[in-house]
Amino acid sequence: MTRADLHPMISRSAFRLMAAGALVAATLALGGCGVRLDMHVQPKYTPLRESNFFSDHRSARPLVEGTVARGQLEADTYLYTGMINGKPGTDFPFPVTEQVMERGRERFNVYCAPCHGRTGDGNGIVVQRGFKAPPSYHIDRLRNAPVGHFYDVISNGFGAMADYSSQIPVKDRWAIIAYIRALQFSQDAKASDLPPGTKISSNPPNVNLPGSEPHDITPDGITPTNVAGGNVAK
Amino acid sequence: MWGCMRAVGQWMASYMAQIFHRSANTIAKASIIAAILLIGGLLWAGLELQRSPYYTYAGVARSQPVPFSHLHHVSGVGLDCRYCHTSVETSGFAGIPPTKTCMNCHSQIWTNAPMLAPVRESYRTGKSLIWTRVDNLPDFVYFDHSIHINKGIGCNTCHGPVDKMPLTYAYASMQMEWCLNCHRDPGKYLRPHRVKEDPKDPHTMDDQVFNMTYQQPTAEHPVVLPDGQSFTSQDALGAYLVKVKHVRSVRDITSCSTCHR
Repeated sequence: MTRADLHPMISRSAFRLMAAGALVAATLALGGCGVRLDMHVQPKYTPLRESNFFSDHRSARPLVEGTVARGQLEADTYLYTGMINGKPGTDFPFPVTEQVMERGRERFNVYCAPCHGRTGDGNGIVVQRGFKAPPSYHIDRLRNAPVGHFYDVISNGFGAMADYSSQIPVKDRWAIIAYIRALQFSQDAKASDLPPGTKISSNPPNVNLPGSEPHDITPDGITPTNVAGGNVAK
Repeated sequence: MWGCMRAVGQWMASYMAQIFHRSANTIAKASIIAAILLIGGLLWAGLELQRSPYYTYAGVARSQPVPFSHLHHVSGVGLDCRYCHTSVETSGFAGIPPTKTCMNCHSQIWTNAPMLAPVRESYRTGKSLIWTRVDNLPDFVYFDHSIHINKGIGCNTCHGPVDKMPLTYAYASMQMEWCLNCHRDPGKYLRPHRVKEDPKDPHTMDDQVFNMTYQQPTAEHPVVLPDGQSFTSQDALGAYLVKVKHVRSVRDITSCSTCHR
């Protein structure tokens, strides 16, 4: 089509303007439809992206046995095992400061409290839902257990409890143990352990712990059909 | 505009005999307006479409190999986000838990539930469960969870009421205008990690970034920091946190290369 075909009255510059407008409109239309996605989905692996190269379709590869990353040589064996000559150690591998204790409390409440309870009585919400109850920390056996024993249990599991080595970094495990010691002390403290003049309320506060909210549902209540949209009624 | 058109018409009329009916004037004017409205409307519709859940999937629950319920695990059981998303504080990727994390509890609870058969199968064989991502950024966007968590952006600020989701859906569009909405005014959603502890509310013992019930400060419900400082408005709290958390300037965090690197 030439300019003359359209209309003799339309000038050359007007025709150019129209042509440019049509081109812009076409580009917008194509772009808006997402025709070009090669920058959107680049041929690279983001974390846990599926791979067609490996037979198990995992781009995240397991380490070759015996691999030690730079800076991750676990040379300080007590820090990493809690054991001395095969026996659980009785000391912390680093000084327990207030910060360590704070960290320990936070991590305990995240990873341990679901089963062991926030006070360590072994009656956390998961236990109330049917998991085998762990022993309370406030029994003589565990009050007297060396810290290395707790480290070993966190790292390797014990009985029904799975190991938490992939969820809790090494130093956090020790921080948690420090907090367990504080919990044990808190439940076994005598009035003489308190600063002079401290009064103890005879009515402990009524605490509404997380996990006791009313809108809980059992797995049997959920099917993909009744939750098709995002705005699902409870 | 009309004057101009009339001039053009008179100019055209001077060359040719009158071949159009008088109503052609109105039709010509109306069709120009209609064309502008049509093109404008189409552009508007296109822009709205690419912001809509049809394109962004915001608010649309996705089907998954196992109908995992955050409602049950967070509101019901009270698990912290980090129990499963372990790397959220230290890496760019929040982390999808391995099947073993599910089995920490489900080795003993709901051991025969048919719904959990794929989980048991995955644990037995070592084959991955293939989940459908609900929040996905384009590959040309760099995003890091840890910096947002450590500066004090709450999980539910971006991910919405995950603790109320039976099946998980993306809360936000995750489009650039949505990111910039906050990067242009970073104080407006910042939270303190620690608040003054209230023995009656165990949430005050926890990190507020992960507290799904956190409320921004108001005159009735101020946010009190551990050192006793009390804030009654998000403006004041946000400005304070921007300073003490050393949040980079708006100029820095709206720079192209912050997210497109």
